[in-house]
Amino acid sequence: MRQLAKLYLIFARIGVLTFGGGYSMLPMFRHELVEKKGWLTDEELTDYYSVSQCLPGIIAVNTSVLSGYKVKQRAGGIAAALGVISPSIVIILIIAAFISNFTDVPAVASAFAGIRVCVCVLIINTVIKLWKSAVSDVASLLIFLAVFALSLFTVFPAAILVAAAGAVGIGLKTARRHSD
Amino acid sequence: MIYLQLFYEFFKTGLFTIGGALAAIPFLQEISEKTGWFTQAELADFIAISESTPGPIGINMATYAGFTTAGVAGGVVASFGLIMPSLIIVTVIASLLRKFRDNKLVDSAFYGLRPASCGLICAAGVTVMRLSLIREGLWQASGALADLFDFKAILLAAVLFLLISKVKIHPVFFIAGSALIGVALKF
Repeated sequence: MRQLAKLYLIFARIGVLTFGGGYSMLPMFRHELVEKKGWLTDEELTDYYSVSQCLPGIIAVNTSVLSGYKVKQRAGGIAAALGVISPSIVIILIIAAFISNFTDVPAVASAFAGIRVCVCVLIINTVIKLWKSAVSDVASLLIFLAVFALSLFTVFPAAILVAAAGAVGIGLKTARRHSD
Repeated sequence: MIYLQLFYEFFKTGLFTIGGALAAIPFLQEISEKTGWFTQAELADFIAISESTPGPIGINMATYAGFTTAGVAGGVVASFGLIMPSLIIVTVIASLLRKFRDNKLVDSAFYGLRPASCGLICAAGVTVMRLSLIREGLWQASGALADLFDFKAILLAAVLFLLISKVKIHPVFFIAGSALIGVALKF
């Protein structure tokens, strides 16, 4: 029970400290779960994140359920999901009830412009950290470049790109096993 | 019973949304047209505010839409409706992943999934970079190349990049610092 409460609080902290949804959450997930607690490896976090893209629902919630499950099975997954959504619900209810046009305040807009700069640096930094466990040879480098370009320049949904990459992975490994 | 209806509509949204909050927007538009709980203009506000407040964007949007429809309880019910399909489906997948962790097929799939995931995150980083470091609108209006780059923002990004790899503190300190610098230098 104590560990469930701890899980809930850690994911609530991740929820309150991220701006901009799934992608920008990854640096926080990594900081709390890989670096501080050691509950997940970099590899596991990348795995969970890619699986989350292909499953129904909010990516951040899906990643939380998978991470929570690893720590404390079904109850852990539920505690993590509730944790990550709790701050959102409270903050939005307060904003919706009292200050609906707060983004029009110039100081708030400037603060968010500063935050966006930081978020993009945090995301790029996470890519560098995850790179080691994700790109290990020429084939995986090509997959990285293809998905990067397709996602940036076309409108393919992420779920389809990830599913296709999974299929390519299976194809490549199977072909390699046969040629050995 | 409005709460049941809310739960049902957002459960459906959670079930059919794959690949993040932006994929949920068409479903929210459909809810708006079908039920009239909120207008399309209100939906645009939900999206803008949800993107600039902490937490998962989808949850923010659901809470806001639910609150507009049926008050505080409505916001809570809509968010729970949205995550319910995730909780059920992802828990099943998590137990399967554990069972088949050493399966060759699963292992091969992840060999392809990992670089793909890395590529998606990198593309997202570049998109945020375009939004925060480059001023395409201003450049197109003036034609002066110097207007294309937001030098204040680029300098901040460079400093942050060096600091983040050297100083091991919680990322939120960098976020708070950037917010302060944004206000001080009028970003």
